[in-house]
Amino acid sequence: MTATTADTADNTVTTGRRTDFAPIPLSRVVRVELRKMFDTRSGFWLIASIVITGLIATIATVAFAPAEDLTYYNFAKAVGFPITVILPMVALLSITSEWSQRSGLTTFTYVSSRRRVVWAKTLSAVIIAVASMLFAFAAGAVGNVVGSTIADTSTVWDLSVGHALTIVLGNLVSMSIGTMLGMLLRSSAGGLVMYFVLVLLVPNLTSLLAASQDWFKHLQPWVDLPFSQTHLFDGMQNGTQWAQVATAFTLWVVVPGFFGLRRVMRSEVK
Amino acid sequence: MIAIDSLTKKYGSTTVVRDISFTARDGRVTGFLGPNGAGKSTSMRMMVGLTTPTEGRATISGRQFADLPNPGREVGVMLDASAQHAGRTGREILTIAQQIMGVPASRVTELLDLVSLTGAEADRRVGNYSLGMRQRLGIAAALIGDPSTLILDEPANGLDPAGIRWMRDLLRDYADDGGTVLLSSHLLTEIEIIADDIVMIGQGRIVSQGAKSELLAAAGTVVRAADVAALRRALTTAGVTTTVCEDGSLRTDADPALVGRAAYDGGVVLTELRNADSGGLEEMFLELTADTQRDQPSERTAA
Repeated sequence: MTATTADTADNTVTTGRRTDFAPIPLSRVVRVELRKMFDTRSGFWLIASIVITGLIATIATVAFAPAEDLTYYNFAKAVGFPITVILPMVALLSITSEWSQRSGLTTFTYVSSRRRVVWAKTLSAVIIAVASMLFAFAAGAVGNVVGSTIADTSTVWDLSVGHALTIVLGNLVSMSIGTMLGMLLRSSAGGLVMYFVLVLLVPNLTSLLAASQDWFKHLQPWVDLPFSQTHLFDGMQNGTQWAQVATAFTLWVVVPGFFGLRRVMRSEVK
Repeated sequence: MIAIDSLTKKYGSTTVVRDISFTARDGRVTGFLGPNGAGKSTSMRMMVGLTTPTEGRATISGRQFADLPNPGREVGVMLDASAQHAGRTGREILTIAQQIMGVPASRVTELLDLVSLTGAEADRRVGNYSLGMRQRLGIAAALIGDPSTLILDEPANGLDPAGIRWMRDLLRDYADDGGTVLLSSHLLTEIEIIADDIVMIGQGRIVSQGAKSELLAAAGTVVRAADVAALRRALTTAGVTTTVCEDGSLRTDADPALVGRAAYDGGVVLTELRNADSGGLEEMFLELTADTQRDQPSERTAA
């Protein structure tokens, strides 16, 4: 290094009228958005809670589950459950905080395409989703070996790769509900409330409705995303289930997500 | 250079910004002056694409903000120093800016030094910052990409007098290096200290604009003589109308040269002759904004 102050062209610092800057690559936006998910105390602990509750779930399964339930699938399911609940909040808050914390006032002046920012946030959430699922499968494996050793039963590996992948997909579907709500509402408090209404309250109402109304019982798998999502967690059996997941996903996530994205693009950031 | 062309923003039937046009030139500090709610912030948000204009457009060095490939390298923006996630540290906020813009990591420390935030302060969460510290951090974030244009909304807000002087020197150096600065304020004294050019806005429309020196001159002349009555006679003879101030001086809209000539012709000895400057500009500011306030009801019935 001699007089040059920079190692790449884009790093050159000049005070002239330079206007030939390279566009910001998406990978850089993703890296920064990923960093922003961890760099606040609340964000850090939210993601840390996935690991912590996952470990607690493993220990609880070892300690309390009956010996015949100590199979790999049950471990992976127990560790994976907190991910299913917390991940959508991570995805949601990463979007809504730009409005609720007003940091969008700077974020969107660094990257003026809001579509690009939201896309980078979604990809960051996918990265965290996949990483935390890998953690869940690993923690589940350890729990399975330790648990069956303590209980003195044979270690059962009853989770196929294909089933593991649909579980990951199931978690990504949950995550996308958070992304959709974040775009649609752009408010942390409102988004979280709506999220719990959708994943906790609505399934109860629809199961009541399905129990009393025969016509809805047949319709439910097609329109009730939390319901058809259970196919993904239990392992897909047939093409109809895929079609049901796709239809319910379109109704719950794609369509409102489309309107949400439009509102993200048009809304005023102040 | 920032070129604002017929920028208008309407919310339903309410017009917040009404057909404003002006240019912030290279090498100059342009002050955007107006009372609270005059439309300054909305105008600035429209310049950087955070608010979509109803009509008109703003360009920065000939391009619209949305077309800039890496905006932070060309335009430094600070619209609200408090609009940051309170849980991030000052250093983290600068690091985010540094990484997204792709400038060397050393810029973070350089900028902290430039705005006089200590290492310990930089490691504190922004939620614990005073307004003045937030302003300094906001300025650092705006400057980190070494842009040629700065857009700053109320940057002197919350700064103590020494801080305002510091900001003046900083922006002066920046403009002297060829940079363009547009800053807003609702305080005339701040703008007067910092700006070269002034754009005055009231009720969403531009009420006056020009170089500060011209506006000061336009604010009129203050003249004083031992024999005030003789001075008034001399000026009236020359066709210059005057008002008598409380302190015994005379004020007029005519420029000092004309007043001096009239006094000379009338044989009156002057003890003082000068531009009305700050007081005059302030009076104009109040007068202009008061005028637009009076205009508003008739405007509504016309709409």
